[in-house]
Amino acid sequence: MPVVTSNYYLFVGLALFTIGAIGLLVRRNTIVMFMCVELMLNAANLTFVTYSKVLNDVSGQTAVFFVLVVAAAEVAVGLAIIVAIFRRRRAVTADDVDLLKG
Amino acid sequence: MTFVVFVIATAIVLLGALGVVLARNPVHSALFLVQSLVGMAVFFIMQDAQLVAAVQIIVYASAVVVLFLFVITLLGVDKRDSFAEPLKFQRPLAIGLGLLLALEIVALAGKHWPHGPVCAEGAECSIKVASDFNVEVVARNIFTVYVWPFELVSVLLVIAVVGAVVLARRTPGDDALALEHDTAEVEKVDA
Repeated sequence: MPVVTSNYYLFVGLALFTIGAIGLLVRRNTIVMFMCVELMLNAANLTFVTYSKVLNDVSGQTAVFFVLVVAAAEVAVGLAIIVAIFRRRRAVTADDVDLLKG
Repeated sequence: MTFVVFVIATAIVLLGALGVVLARNPVHSALFLVQSLVGMAVFFIMQDAQLVAAVQIIVYASAVVVLFLFVITLLGVDKRDSFAEPLKFQRPLAIGLGLLLALEIVALAGKHWPHGPVCAEGAECSIKVASDFNVEVVARNIFTVYVWPFELVSVLLVIAVVGAVVLARRTPGDDALALEHDTAEVEKVDA
């Protein structure tokens, strides 16, 4: 059986980041778009942890903590914005927020 | 053995990610997101990041996803999304650009990727990642080297919580605006 080396993990991170990016562009439901951003953040976390192992430096794992905190803050504020938009426009798809369209 | 675990975890993570993107119901998307995050925790454990794996399960797979599910059910948008695309070339273009992004990353960074778990040349190797005391090593790093970012991040969390409360609070004008919007929609349908 092949030995699992670090670049295997980096390839998984790459695939996950790509799926998240495509999902963010394709989906129109803002809540699902947020979930795709979470997927991309997770791909970055995997890369951090992988390099933490490769370079034998624990700072990569510390960086993951900061990413987690920022992601939690982003979700809290983002979902509050979605709730506020829903109150006024009764919809959560990105197409419905077209007030600046003119 | 490690390879088998790796393949299974990869399948869990990537199928979960595809599920998030392809599921029509936002509730299903959120549950697929849990699947993907749990698979990611397996990767973290495989690379000696036990504390990060535990935090991943507690914060991400529990707290963040529960927040998502709360909002989905609170707004009552848990019905099937329409996959109809108003812009003609948007979807193929999005998939093409995504794949181009992946190709770019491989082309630019691929040859620098390490091929084994080694201590890179010139890297600081004094902190042992692969120790039995992962919590201690991470905590020492956070509370010595990164103590100021840690404090600043707590301020960020407070700001986010206050901001979320202010944004989600019901203001008197909201109901009038929503009513106005509903009336406009009805008029649009009538006309």
